Amino acid sequence: MEPVVAHDIGRGHALHLLAQMLRIRQFEDRCARLYTEQKIRGFLHLYNGEEAVAVGVMQALGVADSVVATYREHGHALARGVPMNALMAEMYGRRTGSSGGRGGSMHVFDVSRHFYGGNAIVGGGLPIAAGLALAQRLRGLDGVAACFFGEGAVAEGEFHETLNLAALWHLPVLFICENNLYAMGTALARSEAITDIRAKAAAYGQPAVAVDGMDVIAVEAAAQRAVKAMRGGGGSHFLECRTYRFRAHSMFDAQLYRDKAEVEEWRKRGPLITFTTRCKAQGLIAEEDFLRLERQADAEVDAAVMFAEGSDWEPVADLERYVYAEPRA
Amino acid sequence: MSASVSRTTYREALRGALREALTADPRVFLMGEDIGRYGGCYAVTKSLLAEFGEERIRDTPLSESAFVGAGIGAALGGMRPIVEIMTVNFSLLALDQILNNAATLCHMSAGQCPVPLVIRMATGAGRQLAAQHSHSLEGWYAHIPGLRIVAPATIDDARGMLRAALLCPDPVLMFEHIGLFNMEGDLTEAAGVADIERAAIRRTGRDITVLTYGASLYRCLEAATELSAAGIELEVVDLRTLRPLDDATIIKSVRRTRRALMVDEGWKSGGLSAELGMRVVEQAFFDLDAPVMRVCTAEVPIPYPKHLEDAALPSVGRIVAAAHAMVAHEP
Ligand SMILES: Cc1ncc(C[n+]2csc(CCOP(=O)(O)OP(=O)(O)O)c2C)c(N)n1
Repeated sequence: MEPVVAHDIGRGHALHLLAQMLRIRQFEDRCARLYTEQKIRGFLHLYNGEEAVAVGVMQALGVADSVVATYREHGHALARGVPMNALMAEMYGRRTGSSGGRGGSMHVFDVSRHFYGGNAIVGGGLPIAAGLALAQRLRGLDGVAACFFGEGAVAEGEFHETLNLAALWHLPVLFICENNLYAMGTALARSEAITDIRAKAAAYGQPAVAVDGMDVIAVEAAAQRAVKAMRGGGGSHFLECRTYRFRAHSMFDAQLYRDKAEVEEWRKRGPLITFTTRCKAQGLIAEEDFLRLERQADAEVDAAVMFAEGSDWEPVADLERYVYAEPRA
Repeated sequence: MSASVSRTTYREALRGALREALTADPRVFLMGEDIGRYGGCYAVTKSLLAEFGEERIRDTPLSESAFVGAGIGAALGGMRPIVEIMTVNFSLLALDQILNNAATLCHMSAGQCPVPLVIRMATGAGRQLAAQHSHSLEGWYAHIPGLRIVAPATIDDARGMLRAALLCPDPVLMFEHIGLFNMEGDLTEAAGVADIERAAIRRTGRDITVLTYGASLYRCLEAATELSAAGIELEVVDLRTLRPLDDATIIKSVRRTRRALMVDEGWKSGGLSAELGMRVVEQAFFDLDAPVMRVCTAEVPIPYPKHLEDAALPSVGRIVAAAHAMVAHEP
């Protein structure tokens, strides 16, 4: 893994990173409860434990950059700036949701923020990210496309096709592999003959680094370097973020495939706890700051739940709208 | 006074439309396997690389899923990509992108993500290319909401439908029958953008409505000439667009002739002809004088030897026989 470059982040930035991770954590904890209350239905995949990846990478992106994520994308959406109200309404399937309620947890879209889903086909988002990056190059713009996926996608053909295409065409795609060691119940070593994902990515001819995905600062620094290189005309970059999912794969998962002890061991390295501890030690933040940010996040979640519950359903009469594009006003 | 026409081929008409689009719109670019240096596996894109350069005429690796998906992403990113897939059989490797993304994103995002992408591909049999290069799967694609499926049969449509596809905000899949590329004929210079929601009646007749598209159109017209001598008049409808189907034109014609025969190169079971027949039955049952009939490809992978390939495909003889059987039915 890349050595962590110690750099001074300052109190303001520390508070910002912590606030973002806390918003995601509190939002999703509430989602889990709402799921057991059957207010949220369908598949629900939580990001608990991996927050540092989305938050770290998003710091490196500008407003014109694009984001493509997976079905485990609540954290990415929030960190990208999708309003929590719209996100919660989407979980509820209400028309005020970011996708008009049509996508649910797995399909969050917000084109005004260049957030292109929410793709629930493992590996399916990679080619799209390459195309978004290609469009930037062909239009003479310097936007990049950030593409998040799990290590399970490494076994898909679309991963290999796209890494090659992006490297061959020198496209400004930042591939971010969230290596949480399990694809549903399949441990990496049970699906890959070679488990060094960074090395595979590098073999396609692009800079590839592995970082501690539990360390938001390390992720941010690596993403900044990659994005800077791409803005300067560089081609695709690959970031393997080594992380861990603390909760079940989805809400239907007895977690028979891993030991509780293993989960507990990883919890000690949790992104929120380690970052908070480090910031406190450096005198950047105090316990009151943490508590205040947590309260703020909770209040934002409360408001989002109110918003979602007060929102309407899309009328059934609109079922067939948008199968094809409608002329925009 | 005759409209200004020029002598050309189906292939050149397509190339002309591509050239025109590349010239007129800087957002348009082409991407596909061997479309550049090789000139296109059916030579449609020949010479375009020299004219427009590598940035806009992009040879891709053999990665159907990646370059079709990249087309979707580029369309989302403000470009107007035209993706060529060598042949429909290979498009199956990109089916994930076509169905799960191109056809789905607009609806799933409540209209935020229209995908203005054109995908061209060769389809059909007749050149002894055997069981992995000869199938007609456009009927499958026509099953999918969110896609528009066009199958130009004429030279004017080759150009006009490509123009229309590029103006369309939706993903358009264009199926070019391999038997048509060399077809010579007149191009109506002044013909503009084709309507991609309407079928066209290519021959009028009082006795049987024949619903067909693509290269099968010409077998139907040949059968119509033969049957005319025997006093049976076919009305031949070129569907042109397989999704959305132009029910109005189809049903109006069937109501007039009171008989409907479907001819297509897909397999019969669960195919496009089955869909057409059902629409006729749903909307014009009491106007029919005879059961609907279908002439489709035999339910086999297309074999290599000429006599077996011919036997598998809809032929003029089978169309003629079906027509005779239909008029023999007394109401
Ligand atoms: C093409 C495809 N195959 C299978 C699935 C079912 N599935 C959903 S998530 C998942 C595991 C993916 O694991 P990984 O890519 O590591 O991401 P993670 O869920 O750990 O974030 C599988 C197999 C799917 N959605 N898409």
